[in-house]
Amino acid sequence: MTCYNEMFEGDRVREPYARLREWVETMPDDFRQMKQAEAEALFRRIGITFAVYGEGGDPDRLIPFDMMPRVFEQAEWRRLERGIKQRARALNAFLRDVYGRGEIIRAGRIPARLVYQNAAYEKAVVGFVPPRGVYSHIIGIDLVRTAKNEFYVLEDNCRTPSGVSYMLENREIMMRMFPQLFRGNRIEPVDQYPELLRRTLESVAPAKCSERPTCVILTPGHYNSAYYEHSFLANLMGVELVEGQDLFVDGEFCYMRTTTGPRRVDVIYRRIDDLFLDPLCFRPDSMLGVPGLMDVYRSGGVSICSAPGAGVADDKAIYTFVPDMVRFYLGEEPILNNVQTWTLWKDDDYRYVMEHLPELVVKEVHGSGGYGMLVGPKSTKEEVEAFRAKIMANPSNYIAQPTLALSTCPTFVEDGIAPRHVDLRPFCLCGDRIELVPGGLTRVALREGSLVVNSSQGGGVKDTWVLSE
Amino acid sequence: MLSRTASNLFWMGRNLERAETAARLLDVGQRITLLPNTEAGYQNEWNSLLQASGTSALFAQKYGEISQENIEEFIFFDRDNPSSVASCLEKAREGGRIVRTALTSQVWDALNVSYQELRKIERMPRSKLDTASLTDFTTSHTSTVRGAINATQLRNDGWHFMNLGYGLERADATARLLDVKYFVLLPRIEFVGSGLDTYQWQVILRALSAHRAYHWAYGGDITAGQVADFLILNGESPRSLITSLYEAVWHLDGLVRRYGDGVPTSARDKAREVLTALQGRQIDMIFDEGLHEFLSWFINELSTVSNLVHQDYLLGGV
Repeated sequence: MTCYNEMFEGDRVREPYARLREWVETMPDDFRQMKQAEAEALFRRIGITFAVYGEGGDPDRLIPFDMMPRVFEQAEWRRLERGIKQRARALNAFLRDVYGRGEIIRAGRIPARLVYQNAAYEKAVVGFVPPRGVYSHIIGIDLVRTAKNEFYVLEDNCRTPSGVSYMLENREIMMRMFPQLFRGNRIEPVDQYPELLRRTLESVAPAKCSERPTCVILTPGHYNSAYYEHSFLANLMGVELVEGQDLFVDGEFCYMRTTTGPRRVDVIYRRIDDLFLDPLCFRPDSMLGVPGLMDVYRSGGVSICSAPGAGVADDKAIYTFVPDMVRFYLGEEPILNNVQTWTLWKDDDYRYVMEHLPELVVKEVHGSGGYGMLVGPKSTKEEVEAFRAKIMANPSNYIAQPTLALSTCPTFVEDGIAPRHVDLRPFCLCGDRIELVPGGLTRVALREGSLVVNSSQGGGVKDTWVLSE
Repeated sequence: MLSRTASNLFWMGRNLERAETAARLLDVGQRITLLPNTEAGYQNEWNSLLQASGTSALFAQKYGEISQENIEEFIFFDRDNPSSVASCLEKAREGGRIVRTALTSQVWDALNVSYQELRKIERMPRSKLDTASLTDFTTSHTSTVRGAINATQLRNDGWHFMNLGYGLERADATARLLDVKYFVLLPRIEFVGSGLDTYQWQVILRALSAHRAYHWAYGGDITAGQVADFLILNGESPRSLITSLYEAVWHLDGLVRRYGDGVPTSARDKAREVLTALQGRQIDMIFDEGLHEFLSWFINELSTVSNLVHQDYLLGGV
């Protein structure tokens, strides 16, 4: 399989990478090792780790950081930006629709079963329209690239996409370690993100809020693997980081417990799942949530971001219909493509997939983190057959996609520099406006030939640059 | 400020101070064992120090035999001992991690580095470590954190809560250390005023890093009355009961000023009352009433203040 290497155009080094190439080639080996160690020490020291409890060993793990940045030209980025914003608008329009009249289903574009019987469809919020009609306020759209102008959306994350702290910290650390690189290149900043996020949250304050809204981030607690990100964002936005135990409902509002007594909360950016939000409405055994919160939410006393039930838009089964949503709600042609997807509950698709299993990537509909998937071309015969048995047991639990020739970026490896496969997650903000900072999180599969970029499977991260005009 | 944040800051302060106390305890014990001994040998003295930190039963249950190695392991490294240096530093760092947003990056950095260094020490062979280096490690790191707090934290309610934790814990630690000296180390009345007595007082002063300060303040000989005065009633002595409590009151006053009338002030009122009682005493009166009785009263009052802090601020007004 030949892959598009983002550094080259034919044999020629592309313009945006020219200076970087020179930087790498004149970098002495020992200097590189020193800088790599410095980067790691910085991550540890600042505490940018993800916590893994219950597996023994050091609970604080580092995601490997690759010092070689990934670069986008302004023109490339503009197109991506238009595509991402378009998709974000369509996804929110879809959510507004399926919790309302369900026009897209009446029109026969999406099967009713896929929506209304979806585990992520939340009956508790049917008919309730959140402020500004926005359900998903932070959308992480995972993109891969196969050629200079070919980008595909791998999946949408409409609930609580994580990783934005890495986007910000990767940049911070690169600027700290290699200021000369930034002086020479015109790199668009990303550090306005927290400010934009705060504005986005404030813009969806509930109707009953008459003063400047009080926003909080709701975290499951410091044992959560993304706790660092929660506290990092709270800090940069200047809002409180609360746990369920800090909040309580009294009458028609939600309050937090403070040293000066109860204080009203208007907007909750929650980083816990729907199921745990309110034990009175969802799982009765949840200790993470706030009893009575959903009643306050539905009566317009507090906003919850993302809205409960937003997950129905990023389900892998719904994913295949996003291009239709763009056409249906916006009357536009989709700028970003979906990856061709076979849904195994359809007979034709099922037959095709079973015949071509060794060439395909098969994923669980509700899976995440790179677990529970088959990468056909990278698997042994035995692995393929074992997976086939799993599919046959429950076909509707799977979708299949062609194995994409993911683009590669130059990456530091043991002996110098080599191409490694990458993807991209930009973070789109939806409130009164739709905002996207020029950049995102680039994940890189550090193992040679590997296509899986998840950190749990040997993936690392890179700083992502968008060059200005 | 979130009540939970305030609580974490308060306990962060307490745990940092407690880590330092544990290290000082280790130092006292080490020095006392260097002295030719009274009755039951140094076992007795170590045991009394464990009693001071309220952990002697736990030690007996887990290690049984008292030896230098066991004691070091227990007071410095053992995570099962909630008052060990390692436990306290870990709790302080975990508490700091939970309230990252309330700390400056310098404070977090100092806290985190102390924890990373602790993990390095834990991996070293114990034979490479001596008591002095463990004590130095602890005091130098806790000082760095404290310095970062003083130099960089906003003087807001969070700062008051941290320092309140420090103050109450320090008052408690000094009181306990004194109590051990008088009540436990010297079991028989005829030792009072003996060479052994003086030596033990000296050790306590050293453990509190107050040896030189004492000489500056009083000159001349070490006597029980003067040392007790220095550690209880002397407002210049940084770890004395009166200084520690005065600082706690100062920070409680700060909270009362900041929060205004709407928030209860029972912790501040109680702390002021205890301070006034302390200010009205002379060291002779304390010896007449019995040092042990006095210290028990004081430790008890401190725990009341601590509970009132919890009631006033840490429950969120519901």
